[in-house]
Amino acid sequence: MLNSILLMLAVGVLVGILGAILGIGGGMIITPVLTLGMGLDIKYAIGASLIAVIATSSGATIAYLRDNVLNLRVAMFLEIATSVGAIVGALLTGILNPVFLYLLFGLLLFFSGANMVKKLWGKNSDQITHQDDKLAQDLRLNGSYYDKNLHKEIDYGVTNVPTGFGIMFGAGVASGLLGIGSGAFKVIAMDTFMKMPLKPSSSTSNLMMGVTAAASATIYFFNGSILPQIAVPMALGIIVGAALGSRIMQIMPTRLMRIIFIPILLYLGLQMILKGFGVSI
Amino acid sequence: MKPEAKNETQEMHRVEMTIGTILRWGVIVAAAIMIVGLLFYLVDGSLGVASNYHVQNFHQLLQGLIAGKPYAIMMVGIFALILTPVLRVVVSIYSFYREHDRLYVIITSLVLLILLTSFVLGIEFQL
Repeated sequence: MLNSILLMLAVGVLVGILGAILGIGGGMIITPVLTLGMGLDIKYAIGASLIAVIATSSGATIAYLRDNVLNLRVAMFLEIATSVGAIVGALLTGILNPVFLYLLFGLLLFFSGANMVKKLWGKNSDQITHQDDKLAQDLRLNGSYYDKNLHKEIDYGVTNVPTGFGIMFGAGVASGLLGIGSGAFKVIAMDTFMKMPLKPSSSTSNLMMGVTAAASATIYFFNGSILPQIAVPMALGIIVGAALGSRIMQIMPTRLMRIIFIPILLYLGLQMILKGFGVSI
Repeated sequence: MKPEAKNETQEMHRVEMTIGTILRWGVIVAAAIMIVGLLFYLVDGSLGVASNYHVQNFHQLLQGLIAGKPYAIMMVGIFALILTPVLRVVVSIYSFYREHDRLYVIITSLVLLILLTSFVLGIEFQL
């Protein structure tokens, strides 16, 4: 019993650090640990992932809010798309064939991974957008943040708002329908399509993730897929890990964040495409 | 900087600090309940419920809590954690209100409404 608690605490700290840095939920780490490592049913792994997403989000957001990295307007505006998407996704369970969705999202992850590689090697990598986007201005989405690695305040513009909104809706549907944390898609929508810098993208995704997950959490809470003896030590570890991760991220070079993010995107993409063909890894 | 603008900046900073404090306390309360539950679980050596049991409504959760069952205490901690993002949305509405940002008071209220709808769907209809 004590061993299992200590294991979940340790897994939690790791998931919290990584999740806070990249703006993802960490289900991809928790699911294999629980199913392959501890022999638990996938149903409990999904329940644990959901709690992990909320714990990462709340643990990290406290630091990001204080340090003003995240963009609260972008988060709330896009949250309309993700939370409606999450409800639609839950309602579509059993109606829609998920194969098509797995393939679609798998390809999107590959596309974004390739795009990030391009940004990594490009001469003007991580150039800030300053073009005047009418919709972004009307919605006052443009923002600024203080980069603790570059030691300066960075103003940035936001563009392609409708496309970002659409991807966010898809991310919401995916999390409701497939039971995945869609943090990676949220970062993609902001970083790849709306041209936001990676740090505000990641911390804004962290804030949004918790809200989207909370939208489906009560369903899992009362249907028996949350095992408190697993979820509680894991969540406690994550809160500590996320608080650490959110501080590490701010002093990290953006380039290093991409180097960590790219293999994760490609792995997730491969996992989804294989799942679409009925293979689980 | 004009005195008015300076006051406004200070005011906004104060609002942000207050929000940060409220959110931090939300997470601390959830963590504290989870830690108490975990300690009960360690001391008792069991969850205090049958191995195939799971809570189905708030009434059962409350009964378990009153009976001091480790399972129920830990689940209440988890539920408190689930509520922290909701708390974040609520305080954001207040912060936009203090910044006189009507558009975002409306947008954020809409998010809260959608969130509450999903809670009702989850609790009432076991979607």
